[in-house]
Amino acid sequence: MTFELETAANPEGLKRVVIEPVSRVEGHGKVTLLLDDDNRVHQARFHIVEFRGFEKFIQGRPYWEVASIVQRLCGICPVSHNLAASKALDMIVGAQLTPTAEKLRRLMHLGQILQSHALHFYYLASPDLLFGFDSDVAKRNIVGVAAAYPEIAKQGIALRKYGQEVIRITMGKRVHGTGAIPGGVNKNLSLEERNILLKDIDNIIAWSQAAVELIKKVYTGNPEFHNGFGYYKSSFMSLVRKDGAMDLYHGGLRALDEHGQTIFDHVDYGHYWDYIHEEVRPWSYMKFPFIRSRGREEGWYRVGPLARVNNCDFIPTPLAEAERKIFKEFDGGSATQATLAYHWARMIEMLHAAEGIQELLLDGDLQGDDLVSKGEPALRGVGVIEAPRGTLIHHYRVNEDEMVVRANLIVSTTHNNHAMNEAVRQVALQYLDGQQVTEGLLNHIEVAIRAFDPCLSCATHAVGKMPLEVELVDAGGNVIDRLAKNSDGRCDI
Amino acid sequence: MGTFMSKTITIDGQVVPFKEGQTIMDAAMAADVYIPHLCHNPEFTPHGSCKLCTVKVNGRNVASCTMPAVEGQQVLSDTLELNDERLSLTQMLFVEGNHICPSCEKSGNCQLQAVAYYLGMMSPHYNHFYPQREVDASHPDVLLDRNRCIYCELCVRASRDVDGKNVFGLSGRGIGSTLVVNSASGLLGDTNLAATDKAMQVCPTGALLKKRQGFTVPIGQRIFDHHTIKDVQLGDKHE
Repeated sequence: MTFELETAANPEGLKRVVIEPVSRVEGHGKVTLLLDDDNRVHQARFHIVEFRGFEKFIQGRPYWEVASIVQRLCGICPVSHNLAASKALDMIVGAQLTPTAEKLRRLMHLGQILQSHALHFYYLASPDLLFGFDSDVAKRNIVGVAAAYPEIAKQGIALRKYGQEVIRITMGKRVHGTGAIPGGVNKNLSLEERNILLKDIDNIIAWSQAAVELIKKVYTGNPEFHNGFGYYKSSFMSLVRKDGAMDLYHGGLRALDEHGQTIFDHVDYGHYWDYIHEEVRPWSYMKFPFIRSRGREEGWYRVGPLARVNNCDFIPTPLAEAERKIFKEFDGGSATQATLAYHWARMIEMLHAAEGIQELLLDGDLQGDDLVSKGEPALRGVGVIEAPRGTLIHHYRVNEDEMVVRANLIVSTTHNNHAMNEAVRQVALQYLDGQQVTEGLLNHIEVAIRAFDPCLSCATHAVGKMPLEVELVDAGGNVIDRLAKNSDGRCDI
Repeated sequence: MGTFMSKTITIDGQVVPFKEGQTIMDAAMAADVYIPHLCHNPEFTPHGSCKLCTVKVNGRNVASCTMPAVEGQQVLSDTLELNDERLSLTQMLFVEGNHICPSCEKSGNCQLQAVAYYLGMMSPHYNHFYPQREVDASHPDVLLDRNRCIYCELCVRASRDVDGKNVFGLSGRGIGSTLVVNSASGLLGDTNLAATDKAMQVCPTGALLKKRQGFTVPIGQRIFDHHTIKDVQLGDKHE
């Protein structure tokens, strides 16, 4: 553990290195490092510096607007926000979903998982993984991948497109559509629509398998490096189905500690606050959630693909389950805590999503007409879903006039806040400690952050060309070294 | 009867017959000539407030919904100049209120949005006012969101002339105008408005809405998903 690196004991006189903004992530973040005269790292922090305010400005709006508004938190995973909100609103209208409604929502969600995972792996992460973290920056992007590995790039684009098509057909638009409404969905899937999606699903499954093979080949090709990069142990949290299966849409909360021992299991997320608290730290706009029973110091955890693949007892689709077993057994389980293993787990999930989509498309319930249900209304609703990046919690209170009076959203990246900081600290210690700052070394820090696929906004706008600025300032405040990478990918030194 | 429709005007050069007592707008709609409008609804007495239907008659700008048709009028409507002015008026309506189309449940069914599309509005152009406006959710079945009100008074007219209830009225003047309701508390829940009232069927925007209906119509099946406002208002789909 490197917890002590969060705050330097004696920050006076230390040099401050700032990476701002960190991109190929959603939104704006920065990394600050405090170094001594010998460039030894004394403090490393990953800050989220933006403030969005969704929780505030949905107050005073009618509850049925909420799912449509809050999905605009994100342009990459809006379906997950839409569905988490809709699940909370189901509680507010007292609904028990019909089979048609639940299966359609699951289909939307698997489309979301597929497209988001494909986006992250092929567009954002593969340049690092295929070319090397400190490879030629001019080629370390999706265009470089397309030139060197055209078939891989083509498959990545096709996978993302297919996921977007699932979303468009079920929700009316590829981004920010409608579909899920309080108590159900607003349309079913016609046979014609089903056939459009069925036409390509065999290819989608095959390409998802190829993606797993690719990351497996890369990862196992240099296991020591990939296991050790930004390595640390932590607890994991995710939803699991009643029988312990991976379930990305619904389930109970499960948290396992760094030894795989149960902290809690099958917890009803309607009372998540009994298990998770959030801590505010003065240097970041993002809160730091922790598992209440383990306290602030020891209670932090990771969510997302690695957590889900680790936490579930099995994956309920055969191809992905076979890959889960290979992953878990690899080198005596050495990858299960590795930062870069997020990529491997993510591709296993993408394969699961592809298989799950096929299974749902063949289910006649999707052509049902019983779309919405209502029951005894309530003034509070909590919806939890496994979004591409991890557990997503939406919590609303409404008044007697059906207007939102309070909202609390804990998004995946927030759960991973401490974990990402931990990864930054580890990489800073491993690769920057005592070194001269270079673009390649900076990218190591970003590779660690990127493994979590953090959802801070704008990720797709800066593919392979993340603008970065690093300044080395001496104790007197004088800039002694500066390195900037422009949005066109060029470096000015 | 042979002489009943013998009088004509021309609109953009097209000969348009009219009956005595008809306005230019009436005659235009009967002849399938579209003049953009928001506050006009043929079921109600013309109001002439939104000015979108402004046309040029013998060199003068007039509101076509209130201007009687007169034999031999030369009316210009679909001109670059008039459409530019209509676009500006529409943009002003957008910035004067708080019209957040992306998350508004009326999106796709909204006449204000449809007119904006028809006129080719690509941006609000003017600075937003971001006014502070009250949302009234006190009625069990109706939401009144004043952020989206364009003061067309269609609800005022419908409640007064059809429902016989006088639930709505405009108070204040100019930029200080606000839609008020007829109850001692000032709350919609204390009026005798019913969700089935005519006043609930005429709002061209999302200011007056039946509760719990948002987003129940999928994208692709909304009124303006496949039809322009011209098609809808000249056909039988006029709200």
